[in-house]
Amino acid sequence: MSNALAIEGLSKSFGRHEVLTGIDLTVAEHEVVALIGASGSGKSTLLRCINLLEPIDAGRIILGGEEITRPPNVNAVRRRIGIVFQSYNLFPHMSVLRNVTLAPCDVLGLSRGEAEQRATSLLERFGLADKRGEYPDRLSGGQQQRVAVVRALAMQPELMLFDEVTSALDPELIAEVLEVIRELAAGGMTMILATHEMGFARDIADKVCFLDGGRILEQGPPEEIFTSPREQRTQQFLQRIIEAKRL
Amino acid sequence: MVIALASTVVFFAVVSVAITHAPGWPQVRSEFFNWHEFRSTFPEIAHAFRLNIKIFSIAEVFILVFALFLAVLRSLPGPVFFPLRALAIVYADLFRGIPTILVIAMLGFGAPALGLSYVPKSVIFWGIVSLVLIYSAYVSEVYRAGIESIHPSQEAAARSLGLSRWQTLRRVILPQAVRRVIPPLLNDFIGLQKDTALVGTLGAVEAFQQSQIDANATFNFTAYLAAAVLFVAMTIPLARFTDWLILRDRRRRQGGGATL
Ligand SMILES: Nc1ncnc2c1ncn2[C@@H]1O[C@H](COP(=O)(O)OP(=O)(O)O)[C@@H](O)[C@H]1O
Ligand SMILES: [Mg+2]
Repeated sequence: MSNALAIEGLSKSFGRHEVLTGIDLTVAEHEVVALIGASGSGKSTLLRCINLLEPIDAGRIILGGEEITRPPNVNAVRRRIGIVFQSYNLFPHMSVLRNVTLAPCDVLGLSRGEAEQRATSLLERFGLADKRGEYPDRLSGGQQQRVAVVRALAMQPELMLFDEVTSALDPELIAEVLEVIRELAAGGMTMILATHEMGFARDIADKVCFLDGGRILEQGPPEEIFTSPREQRTQQFLQRIIEAKRL
Repeated sequence: MVIALASTVVFFAVVSVAITHAPGWPQVRSEFFNWHEFRSTFPEIAHAFRLNIKIFSIAEVFILVFALFLAVLRSLPGPVFFPLRALAIVYADLFRGIPTILVIAMLGFGAPALGLSYVPKSVIFWGIVSLVLIYSAYVSEVYRAGIESIHPSQEAAARSLGLSRWQTLRRVILPQAVRRVIPPLLNDFIGLQKDTALVGTLGAVEAFQQSQIDANATFNFTAYLAAAVLFVAMTIPLARFTDWLILRDRRRRQGGGATL
């Protein structure tokens, strides 16, 4: 099976503070990888590096067999990778429909009609058809986050990154967003998700990576990581999560 | 409401009694508040005031565009663009530092004096150029504040979709930034409306220059009052419109759901 993404020896510092150290990670096509780890362990930074939003100091990133570490055109790479952020980051001055069609029109060169067709069918698929004319601040957090997912999907990316997409949501709105991700996984989307929803990660992931202080300390199938972690740090982390009733 | 009204009436009553009982009042009244003079000079000054409106309208359009250009220059990232950023900073410092009347005098008298055939001789032209140069320095700062007030996560979202730096600026950052700075921008335009009078110092017969001509001819200053009335009449709608926009903005932010 070919790899959708391979990361080799990735390191990243902010000033003198090394945030990621020697990250090695492969993601097979259609694979779902969950990144877990304490806040500050480097999950967001890793996702931002993959999407080239942060320049890296060492290592290589290979997307679909093609090295993208320092590409001549970052925009051409970014359009192949979708990312959804914790804080939705919808464009507040645009309607839902325009949020979704902007990049397909401007980046992929689709006509307005084609882009709207694509957007409408995606919005329908995720139960947002009636919101197409609304502005983001009139939507609930859950709806906004679903629109953000749709906005990324409209670019038909080969890889999706999710950065704690439910962390900013009220508890009763989390399920609807997780449902969307679950559906994408079922549809065979390759994805990496940073999450604190351990139950969900266990359920959906093919592989779980535990990040600690900028290193992948341990990775493996979810049953292994969650039931018999080898590393003491992983045990401690999971213990804390259990105490906080999140597992 | 009643208290506000009552205190306003009392205040103006006291002030007007104090003024009208001052020993110099009869003379001031005949020299500054002469109804007959007002009636006879007003039409001429109102006619000249059309030039102020023209100067303002033309300058305004160029300022909006040029200032945006400067603001964008200044927001360019990375070391490659340092010279352009530096240039924009020097520009803003320079034209905010020099008194408006000096720029107008230097360009208005200096440029035509060069005697170059391709340099326009019209003082109105150079007056407008001066106002555009000066006000663009202020307005570009207003734009810049707007650009910087947009959260970096908006840029990250746009770039992550594959939009280029320029597309991100044009589609995502600027539309939000401009919307936010409309009230302070209009405030600057109120200043611009008044400063059109400075073009009169070059000899262009706009409202202020016309009122000066009238005042000198009649030894009566009521003509200034006529010009002042016109300026105020032009400023008030813009000022109230600005207030209204600010209020609407505040209401919207309090009423609407929170984003970010
Ligand atoms: N832009 C930045 N500048 C400096 N330090 C940063 C920046 N972004 C993240 N960091 C630091 O990098 C570390 C990892 O952060 P992050 O990737 O956000 O972790 P996580 O997503 O796992 O909570 C933290 O110590 C954080 O303070
Ligand atoms: Mg994070």
